[in-house]
Amino acid sequence: MAVLNEEQEMLRDMAREWATNESPVAAFRKVRASGAPEAFDREAYTAMAQMGWAGIVVPEAHGGSDFGWLSAGLVVEELGKTLTASPLVATTLAATAIVLGGSEEQKAKWLPKLASGETIGTLAIDEGPHHNPAKIAASVSGGKLSGTKAFVHEAHSTDLFVVAAADGLYLVENGDGVALSTRKLTDQRSHAEVTFDGAAADKLAGGGDSLLDDVLDRARILTACEMLGMAQAVFDTTLEYLKQRVQFNQVLATFQALQHRMADLFGDLAMMRSAVEGGLQALDSGFGIPRAAAIAKSEANRVLHTMSREGIQLHGGIGMTDEYDIGFYLKRARVLEASWGNTSYLRDRFARIGGY
Amino acid sequence: MATQPDLQPPSADDAFREEVRDFLAANFPSELKGKGNALAGVDGPTEETEPQRKWREAMGERGWGTPTWPKEYGGGGLTRRQAAILNEEMAKAGAYNPIGGMGVMMFGPTLLEYGSEAQKKEHIPPICRGEIRWCQGYSEPNAGSDLANLQTFAEDKGDHYVVNGQKTWTSGGQWADKCFCLVRTDKSDKHKGISFLLIDMDAPGVEVRPIQMISGMSPFCETFFTDVKVPKENLVGEEGQGWTIGKRLLQHERTNLSGGGSLARMMGASLADIAKKYVETDESGAIADKVLRDRIADFEIRWSAFLLTARRATEESKAQGGVSEISSVLKKLGTKLGQERAELMIEIMGLQGLGWEGEGFTDAELSGVRAWLFGKATTIYGGSTEIQNNIIAKRVLGMLDHQ
Repeated sequence: MAVLNEEQEMLRDMAREWATNESPVAAFRKVRASGAPEAFDREAYTAMAQMGWAGIVVPEAHGGSDFGWLSAGLVVEELGKTLTASPLVATTLAATAIVLGGSEEQKAKWLPKLASGETIGTLAIDEGPHHNPAKIAASVSGGKLSGTKAFVHEAHSTDLFVVAAADGLYLVENGDGVALSTRKLTDQRSHAEVTFDGAAADKLAGGGDSLLDDVLDRARILTACEMLGMAQAVFDTTLEYLKQRVQFNQVLATFQALQHRMADLFGDLAMMRSAVEGGLQALDSGFGIPRAAAIAKSEANRVLHTMSREGIQLHGGIGMTDEYDIGFYLKRARVLEASWGNTSYLRDRFARIGGY
Repeated sequence: MATQPDLQPPSADDAFREEVRDFLAANFPSELKGKGNALAGVDGPTEETEPQRKWREAMGERGWGTPTWPKEYGGGGLTRRQAAILNEEMAKAGAYNPIGGMGVMMFGPTLLEYGSEAQKKEHIPPICRGEIRWCQGYSEPNAGSDLANLQTFAEDKGDHYVVNGQKTWTSGGQWADKCFCLVRTDKSDKHKGISFLLIDMDAPGVEVRPIQMISGMSPFCETFFTDVKVPKENLVGEEGQGWTIGKRLLQHERTNLSGGGSLARMMGASLADIAKKYVETDESGAIADKVLRDRIADFEIRWSAFLLTARRATEESKAQGGVSEISSVLKKLGTKLGQERAELMIEIMGLQGLGWEGEGFTDAELSGVRAWLFGKATTIYGGSTEIQNNIIAKRVLGMLDHQ
């Protein structure tokens, strides 16, 4: 765990307490049972926004707290631990795109509403099942955007899409010319194919040529924070289970074969945490962000993948039941692993950044 | 990132930085620039040159080779912030710290914690000046991973002990002046019968035999004690406290072995840069073999995550004070990754990367082979990976022992 200042410690403790008490995995079960396509609890998100969590990386002048990325990451990690379903990450990323590439007018119009939770935003970048920002067909002519975006996170509740077109990023409000088709994935959260047919689009003209990459690096790092929380929760739950479960008249935790597997996972988790926190620190310092983002998401993918598999195996049969929470982490894990770059994509990107 | 508030006003830092620069300009011999510490090689010490001696003495006099140790025992008495400035300025000047070895890395910190006032006054200053070499008398033929099974016996003879037994894997034993040793003072209790004793390597009855390793080098020795007289004032802590003190020392050892520091320097060049010299690249300069390129990226990402972990452990231990159980995790991760890197490197070089000696190979290629072989020891010494896993499971994760 990175060394935190007092403000960050308070924020983390607050998020931990809220997630544990107000948003345990049982809350996600309720959301799932409701069957609502937007797949989150509006009241819960309102409470989160009231605590200022949607505006942590938004400048104070536009209604945020500007506490920085390490702070934002701490909150997202805590929410990841309990699989809190919310559009917080999606909205934070949409706000980031506007902070980086928006005009003063766009910032003044959207940032306060995104920070207050009144408006929900999301990124709509990829057009197929694989992350591939180099291949974008959506196009704009005369201020109207057309194209189809695949597997858009939190699409059902989104008011404001940040859409990648061939010539840059655009803001598109949900409304005329925007159509959703639900894509229910294993994590049972909100995903949809979004078709834009001549929808009114407002370009994010700032931020330079690297705007899309800069936004995606932030998506990678913030997603890795959610994954870190999930990996930590799987590890903690599994350890707890091994200390309770008795077979052969012995607590499972006394078996060396299992002890060493947990020691391996503990080492992996330490590396994942360092990589993710390194990403957040890079964002706060502004130094070496693309490389740090590739490391953060790549390690998050690697470790959460292993952790989610081992978590089930070490739980044994009960880990296969819907009644037990551990399976939810596996199903969410794969969705996040494939989002914003799977491991082979990120290794290629890392090598490219390194000049080989 | 936001860490500890900076307690020093900027002006004090600037003044200290100025002092370091003046000291380096006056004392660091320009011919040693970028040379590193010749005395720290794994192959043992080479003869000290005149400029090297002068540089060691200059640093030793200031205590800056052990910058954060207390001034009263010959250390630098610097704050961590000042020590960081010293490091930065030395790096800028191409200078290195000439004071090192087991005395600095392991024994000194432990003696500062557990030694008597007289012991600290006697042993710490020569370490700070780089005058005395220490070696470690821990392992025995039948006490490797099961270290507490050690049998070397120190018999109480009133004002002194008489020591009999054999130690093994004594790193640098053939060059050492003194040995910090775990010995048995009580045969009735496995752990509480162990004491921490300091033995002169030139005392009558001490015999050292180097062991030749698969790398061809002999950095380790067998050390035999036959009726060696050791004065009682060389006992550190109480009789029977040796296991506690000895384990504390191992935490320092693991922190150093994990490779946050020296290993990182050894692995200076990136694997990709090395690969570009040995395998084909395409027109864009990328490694043409996509499988190899992917494996290099995979390794470098994990290596970066490890270095970030070492840095995080340092920051955390600064905030909390002292080394911690995380040292087991670092040792386990760093040594495994180090071996993985060496394997990947010789694979990248092909048969050119397996030269043993003679013509047709660069010095870097030949030393790479020896380092690859020597590196196999890293997951065995200092508590093997399996022992680290036991420590992590039991002490950090609280998984229970067999009942």
